[in-house]
Amino acid sequence: MSRRIVGPFNRVEGDLEVQLEIRDAVVENAWVVSPLYRGFEQILRGKPPADALVYTPRICGICSVAQSVAAARALADAQGLDMPPNGRLALNLILANENIADHLSHFYLFFMPDFARDIYRDQPWHDDIARRFKAVSGSATRQVLPARAEWLHIMGILAGKWPHSLAIQPGGTTRTIEGQEQARILSIIFAFRRFLEEVLFGDTLDNILALASVAELDAWLERHPLAHSDFARFLHVSRSLELDRLGRASDTFLSYGVYPGEADELFRRGLWRDGARIFDPATISEDLSHSWMTQGSGPAHPYDGATEPDADSPGGYTWCKAPRLDGAVVEVGALARQVVDGHALIRDLATQSGGNVRNRVIARLLEIARVVDAMTPWARALRPREPFCHHGKPPAEAQGCGLTEAARGSLGHWLRIRDGRIHNYQIIAPTTWNFSPRDAGGTPGALEQALVGAPVREGETDPVAVQHIVRSFDPCMVCTVH
Amino acid sequence: MPEKIPEPSAEKLNLLWLQSNGCGGCSMSLLCAESPDLLTSLESAGINLLWHPSLSEASGSELQAVLARILAGELRLDLLCLEGSVITGPQGSGRFHILAGTGRPMMDWIRTLSAVARHVVAVGTCATYGGITAAGGNPSGATGLQYDGADRGGLLGRDFVARDGLPVINIAGCPTHPNWVTETLVQLAIGAFSEQEMDELGRPRSYTNHLVHHGCPRNEYYEYKASAEKPSDLGCLMEHLGCLGTQARADCNTRLWNGDGSCLRGGHACVNCTAPGFEEPGHAFNETPKVAGIPVGLPTDMPKAWFVALASLSKAATPKRLKENAVADHVVVPLRSLT
Repeated sequence: MSRRIVGPFNRVEGDLEVQLEIRDAVVENAWVVSPLYRGFEQILRGKPPADALVYTPRICGICSVAQSVAAARALADAQGLDMPPNGRLALNLILANENIADHLSHFYLFFMPDFARDIYRDQPWHDDIARRFKAVSGSATRQVLPARAEWLHIMGILAGKWPHSLAIQPGGTTRTIEGQEQARILSIIFAFRRFLEEVLFGDTLDNILALASVAELDAWLERHPLAHSDFARFLHVSRSLELDRLGRASDTFLSYGVYPGEADELFRRGLWRDGARIFDPATISEDLSHSWMTQGSGPAHPYDGATEPDADSPGGYTWCKAPRLDGAVVEVGALARQVVDGHALIRDLATQSGGNVRNRVIARLLEIARVVDAMTPWARALRPREPFCHHGKPPAEAQGCGLTEAARGSLGHWLRIRDGRIHNYQIIAPTTWNFSPRDAGGTPGALEQALVGAPVREGETDPVAVQHIVRSFDPCMVCTVH
Repeated sequence: MPEKIPEPSAEKLNLLWLQSNGCGGCSMSLLCAESPDLLTSLESAGINLLWHPSLSEASGSELQAVLARILAGELRLDLLCLEGSVITGPQGSGRFHILAGTGRPMMDWIRTLSAVARHVVAVGTCATYGGITAAGGNPSGATGLQYDGADRGGLLGRDFVARDGLPVINIAGCPTHPNWVTETLVQLAIGAFSEQEMDELGRPRSYTNHLVHHGCPRNEYYEYKASAEKPSDLGCLMEHLGCLGTQARADCNTRLWNGDGSCLRGGHACVNCTAPGFEEPGHAFNETPKVAGIPVGLPTDMPKAWFVALASLSKAATPKRLKENAVADHVVVPLRSLT
């Protein structure tokens, strides 16, 4: 058996180290190390509550809006504030704009370039994939960067800028648009839809959205050769490398639900483990036993959580805490969202092969189609000349919880206000769930579980299978360690 | 016989981009560069992306090999960009950020690499001055590369100059506008950037010779002191809602963001994110501190008495259109030409 330290990982947003025990060319044990401590929860203590809207988006440059939405929701919860329909629709559009930009960046910039590596040069698909996805020089990057930039013009219109906008408020948005801006947003969505249909899917979104089973997806793939589209490229590579057998974690999926409508959310809230389960936010706790944190009296609910760094904490090996749901390790992200929501294809994939590299990526791409499809009706429903924002002030004593979904999974903020100031502010980011360390019972976190069984090829220092698994979660380490 | 030295114009310039205590938002913003896009901009100036955390293939030991080759003098480092502040905590040990896989504090890597770089560029207010990560008592021990807040010094010290003779170039902003970065890098690459291009805080004058106020679409409300009272109102945000646009040094309202945007266009106050110390304004960000009803922070380089006199005059002359629209979230009194 050999032990190996792999890092720094790039294309993961922030710094990441993975420690592996390898036996007979297979990963037998893994420890995930977040090697950076940032201190936002300490920074927020004692601040005026609304200042969270300035500080928390700056936890993360890639999920900035999601952080703002979670903070705004926590503040709204604390003051019992609702928002007008325009505010809800504009916030949906802003969050969707970021989440879809992130999915696009993940697929094209962070995930696919690993298949263009020289280690795959003997694969029949390698020439095509390298031309398309080679980091920096591949044709895809040149095509995707301008499309992404134009897509984010929706941010310019609705939020002023991205990342780090203050337009997102507890009672809605500060930006009230006029009819011509509504028209512009609709045109940008249309143009991006065309990009998706021509470049990513090579098919209409309607056809992609109609895929309702693994059999139908397989049939789609039979009709489309490797170079047909980037979706086809991924599916062919995935079949060739059996990515559906790589990176299985706990198969317990959590989603807080996202994109509220008049009655329901576009993607419903819930928990899935061999079927739908009840999700009770009161059962969330954070275990510090393997974190470099001052040890309290055992796992605490985030309302009562503490963040006191201690680089010498015995048993610690990461700055990441270990969130658990009723004591269990859960996986969050696009796959979890779509399984929980009950999308037929994704449920079928997860039922057949669980959470794995292939299914995480398919769920992400499918979600792009679902969300972009929903955005046009949201933009049409905006009513210029009607209010976008309700107003209120946080009370001197209150608590509030803000739950939402970032691209990479469930994000929660828990806020306690005393004497008109922030008394405690705790954040559980998506990658805190996915990349958590072991808990007091010794149970490894989701990625730690997913890495077990990963093959190590002859001569590899940074096993490529490990990289696929790590990146399949679309990790955001700067959020993880906030 | 001496080795033939290649013509400078024929040579690619190697750019290394590192991140420490930041959010990655300056990179995410940089990827939004347009007209032309990021990669085309770099290529146009002969800049070779040696490594970037969001874009490059190299990971783990491959990156470590790149760093080793730079330090061994086998690979020339022309442009070193740091995004995020430098972490010195706890107690000056730098253990709050050990570069993964290396067992070595990131602050040591940054110091060592800065010593061999031809130019050192701090990207974002965290890397320049400490920024948001230095707020609230600075739990991580964050500092900028050559400034700690407004104090010159930081990690590299007040007298540091990179190998080509310039101090750290501070592209401050939270985040940075993509073109502040691309244009500065291109200027450096073509030899068109000197200390003259830098302001008193080391920032490129290309964008800090402007105020955020310049080109603000709320200027007419400002002129008549027709002020917004709550977020989403159309009026000027300076009097009540904490806007620092009349003091903030940046061209955000003449060089727009994500197409047509800016903070003010987005309906929210400028928090002066290009300035050292913006992270601790000493009051709630969305409220303007006042003494005897007069905002404490008045426009840059304007005598206070003049401002107060002019403000009361213009307030008396405010047209009904501006007075009513200022406190509404859409235009309630439209423009009409006098006939």
